[in-house]
Amino acid sequence: MNLEERIVITGVGLVSPNGQNLTEFRANLLAGKSGVRAFKTRYMEEVAAGVCEFDEFKYQRKKERRRGTRAGSIAIYCSQEAIADSGLDFEAADKSRIGIYLGITEHGNVETENEVYNISQYGYDTKFWSHHHNPRTVANNSAGEVTLNMGITGPHYTLGAACAAGNLGVIQGLQMLRLGEVDFALAGGISESIHTFGIFASFKSEGALASHHDPEKASRPFDKKRNGIVCSEGGCVYTLERLEAAQKRGAKIYGELVGYHINSDATDLILPDHRRQIECMRMALNRAGLKAGDMNIVNTHATATTLGDIEEAKSIGAVFGSEAGVWINNTKSYIGHTMGAAGALELAGNLPAFEDKIVHPTINLDEPDPQCALPNLVAQEPRRVDKVDYIFNNSFGMLGVNSALIVKRL
Amino acid sequence: MNKETIRKAILDIIAEIAPDEVLDAIDDGKTLRDQFNLDSMDFLDIVMELRKRFNIEVPEEDYEHLTTLTSTVTYLEPMMKNQVYS
Repeated sequence: MNLEERIVITGVGLVSPNGQNLTEFRANLLAGKSGVRAFKTRYMEEVAAGVCEFDEFKYQRKKERRRGTRAGSIAIYCSQEAIADSGLDFEAADKSRIGIYLGITEHGNVETENEVYNISQYGYDTKFWSHHHNPRTVANNSAGEVTLNMGITGPHYTLGAACAAGNLGVIQGLQMLRLGEVDFALAGGISESIHTFGIFASFKSEGALASHHDPEKASRPFDKKRNGIVCSEGGCVYTLERLEAAQKRGAKIYGELVGYHINSDATDLILPDHRRQIECMRMALNRAGLKAGDMNIVNTHATATTLGDIEEAKSIGAVFGSEAGVWINNTKSYIGHTMGAAGALELAGNLPAFEDKIVHPTINLDEPDPQCALPNLVAQEPRRVDKVDYIFNNSFGMLGVNSALIVKRL
Repeated sequence: MNKETIRKAILDIIAEIAPDEVLDAIDDGKTLRDQFNLDSMDFLDIVMELRKRFNIEVPEEDYEHLTTLTSTVTYLEPMMKNQVYS
């Protein structure tokens, strides 16, 4: 066990509403291309949502997909791609030394809604309730499906942390590598939430569901006309390993995980609290031995709710506001809120900036809200900058869970 | 339904629960489990589909009759002969 062990990212697998691999995702972030569209969900009028168009059968047999879940399918696709991208000789690897740690906002709502709908077609007779329901709805479902698909026998579980979960998956992978529990971690976050009406209906009842006649313009963080969240599905899984091992096998290294922190607001079920966000961000910097001015890109969590964006602008302003060369952006403006995937997926969109030194912009920011004023917010057009050595990744969630993750260019 | 139609109805169910398998070369006398790599969850799927499509209940003690296509047809014929398959 070495708690100072240096941990790096050596593979990226993702599905996003605007790209099914990192190259495509990045290209669309630089081109300002949204992945949000009109989407039909049960019982409701059409909503705006982000849908991922990946080939489920690239890595799964039809029967496997039929028995599993959309979350499992997203997790399998991302994990397979993360391993392929890492260049690891997977056949020869010790599968008992690979761990799977996936962040989820929630799990089981989609499958439960489907079963309730199913039995509604049979007069609500529960003898028509599927025997697949339990394995589909256990909280470890998505990570467990990855083990079955890939023959991985190391530890697997999910981390429930609302919309901060993607960052938490990565942090858990980092910790398990430092503890010596595994040699490789498949770590990140996933979400299938758009496949239940409940997520949309609940946000609507909260007054926090985005609507716009043009779905591509529905997700508008920090804009004066923002009116709520666009829910999306997505996934992002990283291959993480120890720096020394990665260098030894000559792996491509995307970056090093150098700092993180997780804390809790302890103030409200749904409303964020900038005071705890500030503490979280500063603790991540302190633990990395870095200063706010060392950061070059700060990815905001902002979801385009009225209060949430104001709170995060306050907290980012307090931590980074006066620092030159710290550029701020937002990914949800393109892809909506990918829930459990958000932290991991949004980080991936910024990782190529280590090489191309371009900060992708926040789109749909037609009329910046003065209450969310952030002087270094990159809006509408990409910005080429002098250097990108550090990326700071915020991800917050309901029940007041905050997370921040810092990645360094090597 | 006659035996041939019952056989087709069962094959339609297997095609749905084992979508990767090619059923054309099925051997009616060989076990379904071995031919199509079926496990216990798949057999529960067959039971569920019989319930949904034909309102047939197969009690657990009778699952042994669902071993081969021939034995399945023989077992189900008394329950399905008065049904119409569409």
